[in-house]
Amino acid sequence: MFPKPIERAPRAWQLTYQGLLPVALIAWLLPLIAVAIFSIKPDSDFTTGNYWGWPSTFEGINNYRRVFFESDMPRYLLNSVLITVPTVIGAVALSSMTGFALGVYRFRANLWIFFMFVAGNFVPFQILMVPVRDLTLDLGLYNTKTGLVLFHIAFQTGFCTLFMRNFIRALPFELVEAARVEGVAEWRIFWFIILPLMKPALAALSVLIFTFIWNDYFWAVVLTQGAESQPVTAGITSFNAQYRAAYHLMSAGSIVAALPPVLMFFLMQRHFIAGLTLGATKG
Amino acid sequence: MTDVSPAVPHYPAGAAPRGWFHRNQQSLAPWLFLAPGALFFLFYVIFPIFQSFNISLYEWDGLSPAEYVGLSNYRDLYWEFVDRDAFYVSLKNNIIWLVLYLLAIPAGLFIALFLNQTVTGIRIYKSLFFFPFVISQVVVGLVFTWFYDPTFGILNTILDWFGLGPINVLGNERYVTYGIIAAGLWPQTAYCMILYLTGLNAVDPEQIEAGRLDGAKGLRMLWFIIIPQLKPATFIAFVVTIIGALRSFDLISIMTQGGPFGSSRVLAFYMFEVALSEYGFRMGYGAAIAVVLFLIMLCFIAYFLWSMYRDEKRA
Repeated sequence: MFPKPIERAPRAWQLTYQGLLPVALIAWLLPLIAVAIFSIKPDSDFTTGNYWGWPSTFEGINNYRRVFFESDMPRYLLNSVLITVPTVIGAVALSSMTGFALGVYRFRANLWIFFMFVAGNFVPFQILMVPVRDLTLDLGLYNTKTGLVLFHIAFQTGFCTLFMRNFIRALPFELVEAARVEGVAEWRIFWFIILPLMKPALAALSVLIFTFIWNDYFWAVVLTQGAESQPVTAGITSFNAQYRAAYHLMSAGSIVAALPPVLMFFLMQRHFIAGLTLGATKG
Repeated sequence: MTDVSPAVPHYPAGAAPRGWFHRNQQSLAPWLFLAPGALFFLFYVIFPIFQSFNISLYEWDGLSPAEYVGLSNYRDLYWEFVDRDAFYVSLKNNIIWLVLYLLAIPAGLFIALFLNQTVTGIRIYKSLFFFPFVISQVVVGLVFTWFYDPTFGILNTILDWFGLGPINVLGNERYVTYGIIAAGLWPQTAYCMILYLTGLNAVDPEQIEAGRLDGAKGLRMLWFIIIPQLKPATFIAFVVTIIGALRSFDLISIMTQGGPFGSSRVLAFYMFEVALSEYGFRMGYGAAIAVVLFLIMLCFIAYFLWSMYRDEKRA
């Protein structure tokens, strides 16, 4: 590949490269490492100005215990789960159908409907903000998890349809044709032939949407307020207001809030990357 | 399945009992499959775009009846009658964001080239480099706020070793936008990197060999042989980076709230501030800002769709 494969390089450069890797990685993740270090320090280190020195005591367990037992954090985390999981299920279910419709059938409006989904997926959130907030208020769903979930499902359907449709287009169409010749009903073709083949796409989308929704901040602020419905991204700001200048707790809280998508990523890495890079190699 | 089929006399005897739905299912099925998703999308995404256009012609606080004011919201924006130094500062910052955010593409390519080797443990390195993208922007914002902190941030600690600083990046009107963009580039570069790593996997080794025989090396090899093959990855990187740049809300909201003195506002944040914060519920005015932002985005959306349309026609 490019640059020259390292195996063919001189030994000295091989060693330099291997030594360079960890250094580059530490530099790259430095801001994050700093937060991780903060989160295991005791309160007193910050008052005495020992920001970057060795922690005087290791208070990691104690800090994280306080995040979990003395704050609203568990509540926010639960809200995030209750918002994210239904959104993933809803968006993936709806888009496997729309993707199937746009990927398998040839009809005149096909490309235009497809472009509607794609274009809608690109719009800035602000153009939707006032009407969507209003709609949610009218439905009596303002400041509820349901209101947030409904919007997320609708919006993510755009991206998911793009994804599913392209995936289905790449499947062998002969399968559908053969089934039609056999007289298989269309919904059975969807359910028994296409859906099983879409498993990789379903997995990839689920992880991606999980991450997108878990990390959403804008809509959380627009459509919810207060600990009973806010997800953790919005909750962390109130958490930080509560523990102002308590850097050890704010760091621990941030790490807890960031962790679920990180875990998801490491557990489902192959699917995650396959999803993100769909289309990056074609052509 | 309801088959209340009208009698179709000339139909072959065998097919008749299967009913109207069965006979037309191939043309009906796509609409039935589309209906739930498309309706949902129309109600929550497509219609609101037009509603926003409409709302931008009214003066409305979200509660009392809206008053039609024509284009006066746009006039106020243009002349900055309502908030001095808000609209143009935001617009200027948006352009800075757009331009500088694109640095994520070469930076991502650079890291991808650096990591595109086969040594032990490289897979773990690749995933760890990708790490920042998975973290929510809210946390990225917090992390970088501390990174820049003038009393204890690492940035100033490092500058101090060289006898420089301290710089209060986020408190300085001149640096603040660049500071936030740097924070945004961190996850965005990771995203571009992963796109390019995948792209590099698919680069045709024969072409590289051929290039090597022709004496192409280093930058020439990169420019004439590798980059053309990475075109699909570059296109996606471009799309996601532009969208990311224009959606820059989370970081600004977390790191500076648009400050100091509104100098780090972008349209996305300014709009939110006008419509939904303690500055009052000026929905119509906010919608007008959103429309401006939307129109900027529309240029890019049109370009993206056009490229996709071309590809579709070719396929």
